[in-house]
Amino acid sequence: MALLSNAAALLGKELRTEFRSRELLTTTVVFILVVVVLFSFTFDPTSIESRRFGPGLLWLAFLFAASLMLQPCFLREQNNDTLSALRLSVSDPFGIFLAKLLANTFFLLLTEMLMLPIFAVFYNVHILPVFPQLVLVLFLGSLGVAIPGTAFSAISAQARMRELMLPLLLLPLLTPVLIASTEATAALLDPNPALRADWLGFLAGFNVVFLTALWLFGEYLLEE
Amino acid sequence: MLKTVAGAAILFVLIAFTAYLAFNYAPVERTMGAIQKIFYLHLPSAFTSFLALGICFYANLMYVFRRQAKWDWLGVSAAEVGLAFISVVLITGPIWAHPVWGIWWTWDARLTLTFVLWLLYISYLLLRSMIEDPDKRALFSALFGIFAFLDVPLVYFSIRWWRTQHPQPVILGGAGSGLEPRMRVSYLLVWVAFTGLMILLIKARYQLEAMRADVEELRRETEVR
Repeated sequence: MALLSNAAALLGKELRTEFRSRELLTTTVVFILVVVVLFSFTFDPTSIESRRFGPGLLWLAFLFAASLMLQPCFLREQNNDTLSALRLSVSDPFGIFLAKLLANTFFLLLTEMLMLPIFAVFYNVHILPVFPQLVLVLFLGSLGVAIPGTAFSAISAQARMRELMLPLLLLPLLTPVLIASTEATAALLDPNPALRADWLGFLAGFNVVFLTALWLFGEYLLEE
Repeated sequence: MLKTVAGAAILFVLIAFTAYLAFNYAPVERTMGAIQKIFYLHLPSAFTSFLALGICFYANLMYVFRRQAKWDWLGVSAAEVGLAFISVVLITGPIWAHPVWGIWWTWDARLTLTFVLWLLYISYLLLRSMIEDPDKRALFSALFGIFAFLDVPLVYFSIRWWRTQHPQPVILGGAGSGLEPRMRVSYLLVWVAFTGLMILLIKARYQLEAMRADVEELRRETEVR
């Protein structure tokens, strides 16, 4: 129980820090926007073509944006020397990760929600009829990005060239998330929309595996 | 030193012998002909690389829990040797695939898995080169190695559900699979030889890493003085 209340307090702190400046959110939204616009030049964005390429490019844009967005997650604590304070104040180090990964998932989901209507307009796809299902896919996919992403943000904060290291560590590992989320999104944007329970289950399984790993190894990730 | 030389000599003879077996003792495959011979290099390399990466994972786990430098040395040695064997797999695969499938590469489950594995362990080595402090380097690369290894089955199954073209496993592949006995003996011996080579390489690399640590230690001592 202490874990959850600690995590909730830390989550509040993460959200407050971000919403005071909104630096991360604005830059990520603009980044995704740029990627989505640039992608439209690489093929003819008609309705049929968009259904073929759209889900993949959307998730690629999210993945790249996430690998940038997760960057300051632990770097901020390191630069301000607040990591040891955090560790002292929280009984279970997993609480720190839980709070950070939930905050990251929330930020990712928020930017995705902002981008989704723009994507639908630009690429001529209908998202309204399948909106709740789409949110479910986005949530599971974002969680899948945020769990290893938060862990690796703690790793890359220790390295030189950290801005490049995080995408390098994270993106190959996210292959399963990319495939599952893209397939699930593509099935929803199909003329006969279908909720692919198998891919959603796969995403949930991915999240469980890495959440367990984070729970087991989180305390070592915070060592200085 | 003498032991290493003796081991290398034995391995040289063994590999030469298995090469002879693969080309002259094992029969020529009926449909693929001589092209199939490359499998005697491809398949044992794949098995050996997985074994090396398994050793790397074990060493990573042991380092995180025990914090002894030797596990770090073993981890990096196994990762590098595993990477070398995966590279062999990735090079021999397309050489075989081009005449048989008509394409060099396809994004099939096992091919993609091997390639993603290659990328993950390249990242592992890159990460190591980017962290100065030896203790931090050992700990954080070990943690990354653990996460990367956990990803392997997930990558495999995600791509398997998605699309697959690779020939179904002939060895241990269930009903209808099985090998001509002479082929089986050849495969087995090549694999034994490659595993021996892997152990020899890991051992040499491990000793190098231990020496490097000694040098670093000595340098720090002189700096303190």
